[in-house]
Amino acid sequence: MVGKTGFFSHSVFPQAGGTRSTRQSVIRRRGTGLASIWRYLLAGLGLAALLVGVLAVVYLTAPQSAQLAGPDVSRTKKTDNGLYMASFVPERGVVRQGELESWLLTLKTKTGASVERAAIAISGGMPQHNHGLPTSPQVTDYLGEGRYRIEGLKFTMSGWWQLRFAISSGAGSDTVLFNVVL
Amino acid sequence: MKRPFCFLALMVAVILGGCGKPDFSDAEKKTIASLALNTLPLLKPDTTNRFADVPAAAALGSTLFFDLGMSRDGTVSCSTCHKIDRQFQDDLPQAVGVGRTNRRTMPLAGVARDPWFFWDGRRDSLWAQALTPLENPLEQAGNRATYAHYIKARFGERYERIFGPLPDFSGVPLNASPLGNEAEKAAWNTMNDAQRDAINRVFANIGKAIAAFERSIEPSQSRFDRFALDLATGAEPKGDAVFTPEEIRGLKLFIGKANCVTCHNGPRFTDSSFHNTGVPPVADLPPDRGRIDAVAQVQADPFNCFGAYRDGDVVACGELRFMVKDAPQLIRAYKTPSLRGAATRPPYMHAGQFSSLDEVVAHYAKAAPSVEGVSEIHPLQLSDRERAALVAFLKTLAE
Repeated sequence: MVGKTGFFSHSVFPQAGGTRSTRQSVIRRRGTGLASIWRYLLAGLGLAALLVGVLAVVYLTAPQSAQLAGPDVSRTKKTDNGLYMASFVPERGVVRQGELESWLLTLKTKTGASVERAAIAISGGMPQHNHGLPTSPQVTDYLGEGRYRIEGLKFTMSGWWQLRFAISSGAGSDTVLFNVVL
Repeated sequence: MKRPFCFLALMVAVILGGCGKPDFSDAEKKTIASLALNTLPLLKPDTTNRFADVPAAAALGSTLFFDLGMSRDGTVSCSTCHKIDRQFQDDLPQAVGVGRTNRRTMPLAGVARDPWFFWDGRRDSLWAQALTPLENPLEQAGNRATYAHYIKARFGERYERIFGPLPDFSGVPLNASPLGNEAEKAAWNTMNDAQRDAINRVFANIGKAIAAFERSIEPSQSRFDRFALDLATGAEPKGDAVFTPEEIRGLKLFIGKANCVTCHNGPRFTDSSFHNTGVPPVADLPPDRGRIDAVAQVQADPFNCFGAYRDGDVVACGELRFMVKDAPQLIRAYKTPSLRGAATRPPYMHAGQFSSLDEVVAHYAKAAPSVEGVSEIHPLQLSDRERAALVAFLKTLAE
């Protein structure tokens, strides 16, 4: 019969002397001895692997998170002295690297009125590469409702671009800087 | 007993995962995909040259491209420097036509996609570019009146089938050009406006025919493109599409730490723009200031996009219209060359300054200041192993 203890008495140590409890304690001691070597080994290996894993994760994700923490790329902002609200968006909705593009600059006063007949000078460049814009974008059209078409923009590289607008109208002169990150 | 084994198995998987198959981040994969040749868009029509996609024009252009008769002394053609079996370049530090020039011959694969031509962008269309060596005294050294007479005598029928009737050249001097020697300039000045216009028009059409031919010269698929395609589709790379660990390291550096991809971007590995990267001048050549001196040249060219010989609408002239005309960044700025095939065509840079890719990589790592103007590049710590990896990767663009 194989009862609760029959397995040990018949299969494992059928000839072992002593009481049932002695036999069990021998087994437990032997098992404990083997497991602790394994545990140390495993713990060592595991810790090493964990360290490698953590380092790999840090190493692989660091450049990406650095890129994410870039400059302010909002497309609508107050001008530096607060005279205007300016928004700057690509006319076709998407930025395409390496092609001449037109963008729209929309100017409103603090009270939300459209800014008309503004004189706008455009400059910019890539602060990390010691160079200005590869083209000379210009305002080519006024589309009404404070919207100005700016043609001749070209983003030739990926990275951080800056576009500065010097705006002058009846409401006064002000400047604004937009960051574009490709 | 089971839990430690699971833990061990997990850790082994983590370790193996970190150093087995090429492991690229999503951002890296995106960049690699953007460099692959399959992302090269279809060649846009050139509205400034209405013969750009006319097969007969391309055929005549091909004839002219290889014709030694298209030079002053009958010894030089476009193909003398743009050698068909050498990626349309000549392996020399500076091109040699009738004389020795001061610039490296550029290869032609994908040339029709450029917004600017020559190392300094002194021409704004492929057809206007093709005219320039014809009259350069160091290249083909001819003059436009001679070319017009030659075309009429040699290829008159073919020309007229494409471009319409040739004008009457009676009374037009055999040698005349506003850019020629004193006698040729004097002869040009004796001609009336209608004669000058007639000669200029035939001359422009020569350029348009050659440009039509050159539009067919496109980059070909490399090992990198096969690798990139497999990476993008998740297919298992086979044969030469498998990159060695060194090539993978080089690719990661190219698009990462070494910042090469900032300028060498897109499927042609160029931003088609101009940069001062501190490339040193060549001692025995005349002063060379790059893009800054090319601005006036392209503006003065009667064959530029604003000129009378452009076909189509002026709307095509955006590059010339919005060109940067005067900025310090143009000093000693030269066009970013494509890196496709570069590994098998030393020497490098606009006057063949460097004889190997090792020297090129060393130059960009050191980032010495420019002799004039400001270099855009910053010094970079690259180990010998990393430099070798970059070169190994560049070779995959030429295999």
